[in-house]
Amino acid sequence: MTEPLHPSPAEYTWPERGHRRLIGKRISRVDGPAKVSGKATYTYDVHRPGMLYGKILRSPYAHARIKSIDTSAAEKMPGVKAVHVIQGPGTEIFWAGDEIVAVAAVDEPTAEDAIRSIRVEYEILPHLVIDTDPQRAGDLAKPTAEEVVGDPDAAFQQAEVIVEGEYGLPVITHCCLESHGLVAEWEDEENLLVHISTQAVSSIPNQMARPLGIPAGNIRVKMDHIGGGFGSKFSPDRWGIVAARLSKMAGGRPVKIMLERDAELMVAGARPSAYGRVKVGAKKDGTLLAWESTSWGTGGMGGGGRPPLPYIFEIPNQRKQHTAIMNHIGSARAWRAPNHPQACLLTMAALEDLAAELGMDPLDFFLKNIALTGRRAEIYRQELQIAADLIGWKKHWHPRGDRSRGPIKRGLGLAIHTWGGRGHASNCDLTIHPDGSVEIKLASQDLGTGTRTGITIVAAETLGLPMDRIKVMIGDSRYPPSGPSGGSTTIGGVSSATRRAALDALDQLFAKVAPALNARPEDLEAVQGRIGVKGDPSRSMSWEQACARLGGMPLTVRGRNPGPGHLTGSGVGGVQMADVSVDVETGVVKINKMVAVQDCGLIIDMKTAESQCYGAMIMGIGYALYEEKIMDQLTGRMLNPNMEFYKLAGLGDVGELIVHMMTGPGYDERGVIGLGEPPVISPGAAISNAVANAIGVRVPYLPLTPDRVLEALHKKGGHHATH
Amino acid sequence: MRPIEYASPRTKEQAVRLLASTWGETEVLAGGTDLLSLLKDDVVTPRRLINIKEIDELRGIAFDPRKGLRLGALVTIEELLDDPRVRQHYPALAEAAEGIRSPQIRNMGTVAGDLCQRPRCWYFRAGFGLLARDAQGRSLVLHGDNRYHAILGNDGPAYFVSPSSLAPPLVAYQARVRLFGPGGAREMPVQAFFRIPQSEDEREHDLRPNEIVTEILVPPPQGEASATCEVRQREALDWPLATASVALKMDGDRVTAARVVMGHVAPTPWLSSEAAQALVGKTITDDVAQAAGEAAVRRAKSLGRNGYKIQLARVAVKRAILRAVQGGAR
Repeated sequence: MTEPLHPSPAEYTWPERGHRRLIGKRISRVDGPAKVSGKATYTYDVHRPGMLYGKILRSPYAHARIKSIDTSAAEKMPGVKAVHVIQGPGTEIFWAGDEIVAVAAVDEPTAEDAIRSIRVEYEILPHLVIDTDPQRAGDLAKPTAEEVVGDPDAAFQQAEVIVEGEYGLPVITHCCLESHGLVAEWEDEENLLVHISTQAVSSIPNQMARPLGIPAGNIRVKMDHIGGGFGSKFSPDRWGIVAARLSKMAGGRPVKIMLERDAELMVAGARPSAYGRVKVGAKKDGTLLAWESTSWGTGGMGGGGRPPLPYIFEIPNQRKQHTAIMNHIGSARAWRAPNHPQACLLTMAALEDLAAELGMDPLDFFLKNIALTGRRAEIYRQELQIAADLIGWKKHWHPRGDRSRGPIKRGLGLAIHTWGGRGHASNCDLTIHPDGSVEIKLASQDLGTGTRTGITIVAAETLGLPMDRIKVMIGDSRYPPSGPSGGSTTIGGVSSATRRAALDALDQLFAKVAPALNARPEDLEAVQGRIGVKGDPSRSMSWEQACARLGGMPLTVRGRNPGPGHLTGSGVGGVQMADVSVDVETGVVKINKMVAVQDCGLIIDMKTAESQCYGAMIMGIGYALYEEKIMDQLTGRMLNPNMEFYKLAGLGDVGELIVHMMTGPGYDERGVIGLGEPPVISPGAAISNAVANAIGVRVPYLPLTPDRVLEALHKKGGHHATH
Repeated sequence: MRPIEYASPRTKEQAVRLLASTWGETEVLAGGTDLLSLLKDDVVTPRRLINIKEIDELRGIAFDPRKGLRLGALVTIEELLDDPRVRQHYPALAEAAEGIRSPQIRNMGTVAGDLCQRPRCWYFRAGFGLLARDAQGRSLVLHGDNRYHAILGNDGPAYFVSPSSLAPPLVAYQARVRLFGPGGAREMPVQAFFRIPQSEDEREHDLRPNEIVTEILVPPPQGEASATCEVRQREALDWPLATASVALKMDGDRVTAARVVMGHVAPTPWLSSEAAQALVGKTITDDVAQAAGEAAVRRAKSLGRNGYKIQLARVAVKRAILRAVQGGAR
């Protein structure tokens, strides 16, 4: 590799507005045709010669101790190539669905037969799988110390209007449409090849190395495309290690384990629940004074997260206390913006209830208190105005409770959110070949967000080439390490690393061709497939002619993030508004329209950025209206580990979705910031607020199912005998 | 793998000879939209599948204004929806078929399969049996999560709801179902085809293990006002929470006879004589429809978590009645 010349840090910048040929334009993803034609290969599609199928016997009990395991029948079964006890006698099991024994066999039915033939005796222990009442949790409830900010007692004394409410959202699952899984195979005694559905190509080898007792460098991880992760696919997981062990036991034959749908929903993803009793107080003019919350939630034996309360609004006086409930469900995993959707609902719902009590339009109430949002106050103010225009807030909003005739009540709600999103550590190798072709290698992954497209745009923009001249290779741990796709960090990381690599490569190429153009390298530019002297079109050569001057050796430059220059930033604000209709006779909620107004710094591809917002709103509508990991305290099991009763929103359920991205001065110069998470934070709160606005009463808990909506209406007392 | 025999007879006579005389030994495969799930989840473990899709006489829709509608067992939901005669003369049936929101299920699922599909009770589907009892014989439904379970006909021992979309309108139209077994054909009203099992050895249909459904016969249209109303949470594929189908015989504005049938509220389609009584002799108004809805759920009771379904059934009945007189075919 050639050492790059180092321009001064000031030169590592993004092109100015007006000089962006590709960046920020609405560009279709480069792998779109492969995906829609079915040519894109997902881990699920990987079929290796001689491949075996792994299946896992899971605990039917939520809390138990293994007394004995008899695998003898499975071991004798023709076609069974390996049997591996994952958790042996004496082990305590903490959730239904936990892994006990794995087998590998020549086909799936044989593996299933082998699993069915295994006899396990359990000592059944008491379990807790519900989470709505911390009192029932006993010793499994872990209260944390109360936190006090300012003087909440005095502030509540001073408050002229105080509301108290209870709000919450249950454990939901990630429900990746491509389930978790992998194909593991030993290429020889020491070297393992893993095709895995993952958000972390670069860090899987290290996570597998220790349990398998081989150096991380002996493990190669590959992934072309992924069918969803949402925060649940950072680890090889126990079944990943098991697949490697089974492969070893079977003489290195590839072993494929993809979780079945029920396992995916039971054990491979859970967003912690959060519930809270919240009290907020304000002056009559709407000035927020005081916050008090007692919150709780679970994420399995780990206890779940802790929502940052109050969310965004730095209310000057606060008292808050949180209790983590440990219970016997599959463990929590990071779910798209961990803790934020929970905090957003608990805060924005309480504030909307307060606005209703004050008799204020919540839009005015939010604007009145916008200074409490801190340094992004001006962004929120702008976004609130734009969102209000797009949804027709001033035209359609009405005080709480739609008083029109008929059972269909319409309402509007809003919420605001924030996220970080600074680019992660990322390395890429950009190679310019003497024939003019360009390739970029990095061990990143496309989580479905359009990572390849973003990299291609940045390289093509920088090198002055059309996008189809750039070949991007990702998804292989042999490529330069790049961070996990979590925390909305990928686009900032890979775009910055690519930009630096491309700028450095150009510098070196300019140095090679400058003499031929009778110019200094710093006077050259690469535009429209040519390299030439700035301001003198007569002195230029084609990209191919320039690259031919590299001689026999390709030019490879390593680009890194973090690095010199300000290319990525952190901290975004977003606003969402929802327009809903509620049938007060049936409790069925329909989304008429949702608006997302979002900033994320400099946008690389407007189309994939908007797509993130559309997808996030659809996912948000899912958890607002439908999704719940329904746990049965009687049997300790999840009752809906399927797509019939674990409900996701369909196309007919999402209404009209409008996205507006904030761009231009004040936004672009903040650098590239990630976007995967922020737009999924507000939907639950915005929809809950819209429903309260429609029907005149708060439905405390998500999802907003007919039973909950009808119960809230019933408690309100008004029987809606409308026709 | 666990061996399964697969037979694909060409005649109904061959089919019934291949069926065992006890439940559990054999299963009938038509559209497979339910059976394949049951097989994968180990809820049923037959040793033989009998594919009836090759039996031509089980196909086809026939309509004659004097004889009525004949639906072969293998008619798909999509074929039913695409038939303008069905939509014109039996709107409640077409509307119920529209409630089946999955194109895949519409394309593969059959009308007889819709009647014969097994309950969606999550305890049944998790392997606890049709009556969903634990090792101590305790009802999991009564002691567990019964948010989707029965509000009528729920005195036990079964608490699941009949999952059929088409049975309520078929019962409203007084349709009959024709079966074929070793003893030949027999026929019964659709309502009598469903029953509440009293033990794990029984099923929820009056179908013997070696019988198949061959056709559904709907009487000629008699100028009824009819409609179906479903309460479903999603527009996407979703099980209804309550449905109602009504068929009203009218003399001018007055109802002379009424059939009001609720779905997804009881272990069988639920024909409500109370609701019918509330309608006969009346002119349909909002208040009359409301009163019929009230009458329909007068005997309903919550199992603990499903009380909201009483309201949904009440509304479904009211809205089906109003839709029938306002928009339905006469």
